[in-house]
Parts: sequence; structure tokens; C-alpha cells
Amino acid sequence: MIEKRPVVLLLLATAAILVGTTITMIAPFRWINDQKLRIPGVKPYSVLQLEGRDIYIREGCNNCHTQTVRPLLADVERYGEYSKAGEFVYDQPFLWGSRRTGPDLARIGGKYPDAWHYKHMANPSSMVPETNMPSYAFLNRPLDTTLSERKMKALSYPYTQGDLDNLEGKSEMDAIVAYLQKLGNDIPWRAATAAETALENPFKSDPATISDGREIYSRQCAKCHGAKMEGGAGHSLLEEDYPDNKFFKIIHDGIKDAGMPQFGDSLSSDQIWKVTAFIQSRKAK
Amino acid sequence: MKQPVIYEDDVVKGFITWSLVWGFVAVLLGVFISLQLAWPQLNLPPYLTYGRLRPIHTNAGIYGWGIGSFMAFFIYITQRLTKAPLWSPKLARFQLWLFNFTIVACAATLLAGMNRSKEYSEHEWPVAILVVILWVIFSINIIMTVIKRKEEQMYISLWYILATLVGVAVLYLVNNAAIPVSLTKSYSAYAGANDANVEWWFGHNAVAMVLTVPPLAIFYYYLPKSTGVPIYSHKMGVIAFWSLIFMYLWTGAHHLLWTPIPDWVQTLAMAFSVMLIAPSWASVFNGYFSMNGQWHQMRENHLVKFLIFGITFYGLQTLQGPSQAVRTFSAFIHYTDWVPGHVHMGTLGWVSLTLFAAIYYTLPRIYGTEIYSVPLVNLHFWLAVTGQLIFSITMWIAGVQQAAMLNATNPDGTLHYTFMETLVRLYPYWHGRAAGGIIYLASLLVFIYNIFRTISNAPSKSQTKTA
Ligand code: HEC
Ligand code: HEC
Ligand code: HEM
Ligand code: HEM
Repeated sequence: MIEKRPVVLLLLATAAILVGTTITMIAPFRWINDQKLRIPGVKPYSVLQLEGRDIYIREGCNNCHTQTVRPLLADVERYGEYSKAGEFVYDQPFLWGSRRTGPDLARIGGKYPDAWHYKHMANPSSMVPETNMPSYAFLNRPLDTTLSERKMKALSYPYTQGDLDNLEGKSEMDAIVAYLQKLGNDIPWRAATAAETALENPFKSDPATISDGREIYSRQCAKCHGAKMEGGAGHSLLEEDYPDNKFFKIIHDGIKDAGMPQFGDSLSSDQIWKVTAFIQSRKAK
Repeated sequence: MKQPVIYEDDVVKGFITWSLVWGFVAVLLGVFISLQLAWPQLNLPPYLTYGRLRPIHTNAGIYGWGIGSFMAFFIYITQRLTKAPLWSPKLARFQLWLFNFTIVACAATLLAGMNRSKEYSEHEWPVAILVVILWVIFSINIIMTVIKRKEEQMYISLWYILATLVGVAVLYLVNNAAIPVSLTKSYSAYAGANDANVEWWFGHNAVAMVLTVPPLAIFYYYLPKSTGVPIYSHKMGVIAFWSLIFMYLWTGAHHLLWTPIPDWVQTLAMAFSVMLIAPSWASVFNGYFSMNGQWHQMRENHLVKFLIFGITFYGLQTLQGPSQAVRTFSAFIHYTDWVPGHVHMGTLGWVSLTLFAAIYYTLPRIYGTEIYSVPLVNLHFWLAVTGQLIFSITMWIAGVQQAAMLNATNPDGTLHYTFMETLVRLYPYWHGRAAGGIIYLASLLVFIYNIFRTISNAPSKSQTKTA
């Protein structure tokens, strides 16, 4: 029958295609981005952040970076709190990506100080020697703002004339760093992991602790503070005369603006105490 | 009534030639970006960075090489199966011209950074409009040819061809809906998780409607042509056809497992992906059973070798795909190098091997000549298969290794490896992949040389046309 009727065949084929389409693609519009899933703290992008986001898209950063943390142990431990639908309601287009040649960036906001990003973007291998991320030093050129207002209007994001005026003199690099620092910070997940500092170091300077601490140090810290703590991107750690809990706080929270990243997300408290014990043991020498 | 039908084959020649050009560009760029991952110094900002070149690679591969040659063979096959001349050769010649213009526009704008970021439809809206015009012209021409056909029965290949035409149209229009800001910038019409769900409904079905259904149409036509015996079961082809196009559309969310889209959408995708094994393997078995008593042709007939290896890779692909769609396995290999291994078994193994066979069969016929060198065909075959296997196997190992390292934990529950520790261990595999890619590139050079010589040997006035 159908073998002889091309028009019937075309119609039936269209119908066959539309069943799954309707159920799995059209119907979910009713539930995704539903009011109930809205998260109050989630804000639209500022003009500068939106321009940064457009540069992210233009450069195809999404070919190497994802922006969604799955509710799986290794993802949450490595990147932070898992992603929620409500966090993406202003993302047009979404930027979840499909390949992690580089790490996930869904929660990159606040992980490093701005200074770190400026250095890293301009020359990634200066911060992370064996990376294969391209260098984006050319982003130091002035930001083109001719479309900024129309972009905000197209997406119905709130803005003021002052916001637009503030773009004056900004570079593309400023924009992309502003964007990166916003990512994942609309929900207060980082605050939840801070605190719990005013403690004693539970680890004594026994050889096992020191050797664990040394291992953590050489993996995480040596690239900036030098293999022997002699200094590098960060200065030597041999002269600091801090109590243990001050070390803990610096390592856990980082030093914003000075370029010391925070390790509260990537190291457990135990690991931070151990590396502290290791630093103290070196100083004693 | 006795007059022989005069088929329009000049435009077929044009499409084959240009799809070869774009296929070569795709593979060249593939090799280049694979080298960039291994040696980041090869990034030459601002234009020649990995982030900008990767989409050009995928688009040149899927649309330039894939769609370009599908257009050639749809036009060729439809005329033969309907015993009718192409409805409008003029329109088809315009289509060839527009096709090349669109591919160039797509590549140039992507290089300039005009990018929507949605995988497999990255180009901005003016280019998307060109694509729509192109597709409408193409569809009208094919459908009108079918309607005006002289052969009443429609062979299974025509079914697959017609399904491609509607399928691509529906997918493309929905996913490209955008809010334009200027000629070179637009935003997706959908937000966040919705956008993700629409994108992967599109993305996965681009795999279905571009990398599965059209090569199947070609396979069902050229396998019997090459072996000289009919396809094993037309009925099995028909059942497989309906279940395939029905089920594929449910599975997009298997690209979004564990992300914040509703669980039930993910579960449906997982279930339908597993069920897809049945119609996929129906085609594989149809191919194998057609070879009953003909297996000796694997040695004697170079076309059969390409087609049977092609359908075998398709079979493997459609077992691997469904396993990747299972939540637990996805949790492990999603986002890793495993996936490019899967992708290139499909594109380099299944799609490209099938197209090579179709070109080897068709070109000498429409030029009224013989293939220049069969030994070179065999060399091409073995280099291509070797290159592709090196590519896929290194990536599967790399993916499993990285997944295992990313998931390794210490006794206290913290992670054992930093991200960079997992990355540096991938470099050797990336070198291996690049080597596989270069071998594949070499195979393509052999192929193009052989085709070039074949065409130059052709008698200047081909007999198949202008009688
Ligand atoms: C070729 C793939 C690739 C591309 C393209 C790429 N990156 Fe990266 N990126 C990496 C890798 C690998 C790392 C991890 C090592 C490092 O920090 O450099 C990384 C790290 C990062 C980090 C630090 C993440 C962390 O948690 O430490 C940021 C931020 C970043 N990239 C931003 C970007 C931006 C913005 C772009 C686009 C302009 C971009 N990347 C393009 C591969 C890439
Ligand atoms: C990306 C480079 C980088 C890494 C990695 C890094 N640091 Fe730092 N660190 C810095 C910079 C930069 C500073 C602040 C500038 C300065 O005072 O030299 C700093 C400061 C410090 C200070 C405070 C020094 C002071 O004088 O107040 C301590 C303690 C410290 N880092 C410990 C660590 C430990 C422990 C690790 C590993 C877990 C680590 N750092 C990893 C760059 C880094
Ligand atoms: C030998 C030739 C080729 C080489 C060396 C090559 C290399 C690559 C590389 C390095 C990537 C990026 C992988 C990653 O994200 O880590 C890629 C992605 C891709 N390539 Fe190729 N490629 C080749 C041929 C082709 C062809 C002919 C096609 C299409 C017909 C194709 C389609 C794709 C697709 C669809 C992707 C995206 C995969 C994904 O999202 O996971 N490739 N290729
Ligand atoms: C039954 C059939 C198939 C199923 C169920 C299937 C399933 C999947 C799944 C689950 C993924 C996502 C992997 C991940 O990111 O974790 C994937 C990716 C992919 N598959 Fe398949 N696959 C099938 C057949 C094919 C075929 C025949 C091709 C032809 C070339 C193909 C090409 C691709 C491509 C290009 C991607 C990469 C998409 C991206 O991330 O950019 N697949 N497939």
C-alpha cells in the first residue's frame, strides 16, 4: 500500500517522528523552568558579564569546558555543589557542553581571585605548566560595546545607563573574568563550606602526617611556592611564623586579589591540616 | 514509451567532487585539532584556536562531506529507482552552487567567531536561512521526482530518503529558533535546561537523520548493486524503518544523563536507546543475510568489502551507543575521550566507508569508464580502516583510564587525583590518535588520486547523457 503512495508515506513518517518529539521535547517545557524550581538568589547577567559570556561563546570555550556539575561523588568533590535547573533560567543559550577536555566551570566563580584569571587566561601554562588550554592574551583589546544595550534588551535583563557607561575602557579580558566570577555563585554553596576554622591541628607532626602533607604540597602548592618552598608565583613559605589555624584559614579561603587560590573545595579539612603540619615542620629546620 | 530515460548526472558529479573537497578539509582540520590537543603551541590566536576550529571540523564533516554526498546519491538513486529523470535539473544546479556557498559562509563566519554555541548548528541565523532554502529546494526536487515516477513500487531506499527530508526539516527549524540582535549575533529562543533538552533532541537526531538514515538509504541501494543479488528481506527493511524513525526521537536526553532535566525524560531516553538495538541490528542482519552464499565476494569485490565493514561498524556503533545511554555507564564515560572514540567509529567507519563504496560504484558509471586502479582501492581501504581503528581504540582506552582516575578516591573520601594529573596521562593517547588521523588522511589522498585518475581517463563525451 504505502509502497505506492509517497505522500502518505511522508505524512506517516512525520507523524512517527512527532510522537517522541512531543513527549520528550515539547511536553517538558511545562515542567522545566517551572516557577517552583526557581531559585530566588539567581540573578540575570550584568552588561559586563553578558559581554563576557558572548566572548566565551565566540571563542568556543564550551568545546573544552562543561558547565554542569552532576550529583555524583567525584563531580561534587571536584567541582562543588551539583547544578540545579533553577540556576540556568537566564542562560540563552545553555552552555553545559559535552566534553571535559578542561575542568567543569559551573562553580568557577569565587574559586580564584581575579588576578589568577588574568594571568591564567593570558598564558595558561604559566599557572598550570602542563595544560593544553590555548592562550588568550589577545583578549586584552578594548571591548566592543556597540551592541551591549540591544543585547540586554533582547534578553530582557535589567540594566541602567550607569551600567552601560561603566563599560567605558573595559577590555574583553575584564568582561570574561567578570563572567567567570559570576558562575555558580548565585546560590550560597561556598559559604556553607567555610567556617569551622578556630580549631587545633588534630594531626601531630609524626612522619606519616608529614609524608601525606608533603605529597599534597608537591601536587597542589609546589607549582607556585616552589618545590622546596623557596617561592615562585607565590613567595617562599619558609619565613612565615603563623599559628596553625591561620595557615588553615589562608589555605582554605585563599587570599583574594593576591593570587592565592582557595583550596576549601578541592582539599578536605584533614588534608589542609596535614599540609599545614608539613609546612610547619619545614620551617622548624 | 520506448525512449530511454535521460538521467541528470552532471550535477551528481558536481556534488561528489565538492563533497570530496569538504571531506578532505574536515579530515585535515580533524588532524590539526588533534595535534592542537597534544601540542597547545599549535593554537594560533585569535582565529586558529581549538575552540574556533573544532566546530568547523564537525560542520565540514557532517554537512560538507556527509550532506554533500547524500545530495549526490539521493539525486542519483532517486532517478534510478523511479525510472524518471530529475524533476528540475536547473534547480539542482542552483542547489549545488548554493550548497557550496553555504558551506563557505558557515566556515568563514565560524572562524570569525560568529557562533551560537549549539553543537551541530553553531552557525548564526543568516547562514541558517541559507540552509533552510537549500533544504527546501532539495526536498521539492526529490519529492517531485518521486511523485512523477515511472516505477510504481518504491524501494526501501526511497523510504529512507523521504524520511530524511522531513526529519531534517523538523529538527533544524525547531533548534534554530533564535532572537536576533544583529546580523552576526543572536540568542537561543529557549533558556537553560529547556535549551539543553531541545538541543540534544536535535543533536541526537542529527545523528539519526544525517548519519544513520541517509547512509542506510545508500547501503540498501548499493549493496545489491555491488553483489548482484537482491537484499535479503524488503519486509525486514520496512519494519526496521518504521521502528527506527519512531524510536530515535525519544532518545535525545541520553546526552543529558545526570544533568538537571527531569528524571523521567532521562529514563525514557535510556529505555528507548536500548530498544533501538533491534531496528539497528535488523539492518545489519539484512546486510549480512544478503551475503549468504556471497561471502567470497569480500575477497573479490572491493565494493562489498567497504559496505560490509561499514555495516559492521554501524552494528558495533549501535551496541556501544545504547550502553553509553545507560545511567551508570554514562556516569563513568560521559565527558571523557571515550565519546570521540564512539563518534569516529561512526563517522570514519560506518558513514565514510559506505560513501566510499558508493563513490567507487557511481563515478566510473556516470563517466563511462572503469576505476583507475583496484590495488589503490584496496590500499585506501586498509589505510582507512587502520587509521580509524587506531583513533577509536586509543580514545576508548584513554576514556576509561581518565574516568577511572577521576573517580578514584582516598580512604577518607577525598579525591585521589587532581584534574591535571588525569590530563597529563592523556597526552600519549592524543599522540596516538593524531597518528591514526594522519594514516586516515593518507588513505584519503590515495582515494582522491585514484578518483582523479579515473575521471581523467574518462572518454571526453560521456555516453550516459545528452543522447
Ligand atoms: C583545548 C581546550 C581548552 C579550551 C579551548 C579552553 N580551555 Fe580552559 N582549561 C583547559 C584545561 C585543560 C584546563 C585545566 C588546566 C588549566 O587550569 O589550565 C583549563 C582551565 C581553565 C580554567 C580554570 C579551571 C579551574 O578550575 O582551575 C578556567 C577558568 C578556564 N580554563 C577558562 C577558559 C575560558 C574562558 C576559555 C575560552 C576563552 C577556555 N578556558 C578555553 C582547556 C581548555
Ligand atoms: C596558583 C598559585 C598558587 C598555588 C597553587 C598556591 N599558592 Fe599559596 N600563594 C600564592 C600567592 C600568589 C600568594 C600570595 C602572594 C604572596 O604573598 O606571595 C600565596 C600565599 C600563600 C600563603 C600566605 C603567605 C603569607 O605570606 O601570608 C600561604 C600560607 C600559602 N600561600 C600556602 C599555600 C599552600 C599550602 C598551597 C597548596 C595547598 C598553596 N599556597 C598553593 C599562590 C599560590
Ligand atoms: C582522521 C580524521 C579525523 C580526525 C583526526 C578527527 C579529529 C577530531 C578531534 C580531535 C575531535 C575533538 C575531540 C574532543 O572533543 O576531544 C573531533 C570531534 C568530532 N569529529 Fe572528527 N576527526 C576526523 C574526521 C572526522 C569526520 C570525517 C567527521 C564527520 C563525518 C568527524 C566528526 C566529528 C564530530 C561529530 C566530532 C564531535 C565529537 C563530540 O562531540 O564528541 N570527524 N574530531
Ligand atoms: C542505537 C544507536 C545509537 C545510540 C543509542 C547512541 C548513543 C549515544 C550516546 C548515549 C552518546 C552520548 C555519549 C556521551 O556524551 O556520554 C552518543 C554520542 C554520539 N554519537 Fe551515538 N549512538 C548511536 C549511534 C550512533 C551512530 C550510528 C552515529 C554515527 C556517526 C553516532 C554518532 C554520535 C555522535 C556524533 C555523538 C557525539 C555527540 C556529542 O557529544 O557531541 N551515534 N551516542
